[in-house]
Amino acid sequence: MSAKAVILSPEELRRALTRIAHEILERNKGAEHLALIGIHTRGIPIAQRLAAKLQELEGVEVPLGRLDITLYRDDLSEVARQPIIRETEVPFDLAKRRVVLVDDVLYTGRTVRAALDALIDLGRPESIQLAVLVDRGHRELPIRADYVGKNLPTSSSEVVKVRLQETDGVDSVELWDMQDIQEAENE
Amino acid sequence: MSKAGSGLRHLLDFQEWSTARLLALLDNTDTMLAVLDRPVKKVPALQGLTIGTAFFENSTRTRTSFELAARRMSADVLSFAAGSSSVSKGESLRDTIETLSAYKVDAFIVRHHASGAAHQVARYSGKPVINAGDGRRAHPTQALLDAYTIRQEFGELAGKTVAIIGDVRHSRVARSNAELLPKLGAKVILCGPAPLLPRDLAGEGVSLTTDARQAVQHADAVMALRLQQERMDTGYLGSIADYVKLYQLNEALLAHAPDHAIVLHPGPINRNVELSDDVADGPRSRILKQVENGQAVRMSVLYHLLVGRG
Repeated sequence: MSAKAVILSPEELRRALTRIAHEILERNKGAEHLALIGIHTRGIPIAQRLAAKLQELEGVEVPLGRLDITLYRDDLSEVARQPIIRETEVPFDLAKRRVVLVDDVLYTGRTVRAALDALIDLGRPESIQLAVLVDRGHRELPIRADYVGKNLPTSSSEVVKVRLQETDGVDSVELWDMQDIQEAENE
Repeated sequence: MSKAGSGLRHLLDFQEWSTARLLALLDNTDTMLAVLDRPVKKVPALQGLTIGTAFFENSTRTRTSFELAARRMSADVLSFAAGSSSVSKGESLRDTIETLSAYKVDAFIVRHHASGAAHQVARYSGKPVINAGDGRRAHPTQALLDAYTIRQEFGELAGKTVAIIGDVRHSRVARSNAELLPKLGAKVILCGPAPLLPRDLAGEGVSLTTDARQAVQHADAVMALRLQQERMDTGYLGSIADYVKLYQLNEALLAHAPDHAIVLHPGPINRNVELSDDVADGPRSRILKQVENGQAVRMSVLYHLLVGRG
């Protein structure tokens, strides 16, 4: 079993993140007051890479945080599958921060909805923006991303598989048929 | 019915809880403590669920801790505290549960003076049940908060030794700890006067002694059990003075324990009976930590049993 299509090569992934970093700076007129918060699991390394880019471009160290949204989900079957709650760590005051939430794939919007609630329970940021590597459509809530690496029309029988060096040992974004990926993962 | 990763519906004792599951519960307790440290001490995980507490024994502490834990998880709470003398006991428990069921309660937290009461409720209610203490049989969330407090102190439970001193015979806290701690790799030493130390509690990871100094000698944690006044009248014990002399956890006894040993007590304390003032309020005491951790442990228990079943 193999992927239907390669969506982003390692090189394209790197360029997409560089572009997002530029867009973040342009929209916020610099990196001052910014903070990046990655959503578990793969939002975290993406946020780290964006922070490194911002540092490279502006010489500013942007505060980094991580968010686990398990206790805020509304699709609880997902929680039952993954009962371990991971670490939420936002080691800075959210007040007066422009927070960029970072995730790998934007799909129904339910993860982002949960992340917004989780974040607002931690404090009151000046604003919250959303950056995603892939927007695959099929929203079930009125949520959109401010920064998108790749817009990808998909069907709901497909799976967007994001792998990153930090979590998976390799950088790649692929499109799979759900059936194929299940078989591949069971092997 | 069972969801992937968990076929567990109840917390009655630890028989059906695997070590992995117990460790996951303790790990998630870290997260719950972090929630309690925030400006907003509440998460929406159990929104829409109603939890009924049925307490047939007085216990302000345990009930408050459970109720607050449920509210922190955004569940609604329906409290039923019953005096037990007026009605025939078996009937009144069942009636209460059926009444609460009619109010569409989604889960029960039960305390009862009869051993096995929570098991009964689990059989007929059709809802998840958490045992908040049944007779002298089990008090699993107390043992979990004890285990968590010890782990918080030393980083792990494996290889630790826990001495539990007092009226072991009548203590569900001692029994639950003797069941839980060995599953997590810790050794338990139960200690008390011979008439209060049932031999059949000895087993894998659990030993008995009537010598308190010997019990604490290698202990990483020393727990004093509450001495029930009424035991004096039933002939198990000679006098309080005799008990205090041999088994009170005080500085003199603690001097025989390693320097790093911490002190636990399930509360409420009979000051200067099973535990001396100076030890209860001293630097080794983790008694208030236990209260704090108790709330977080109960949040974690509710999470493990109820999330994904709503």
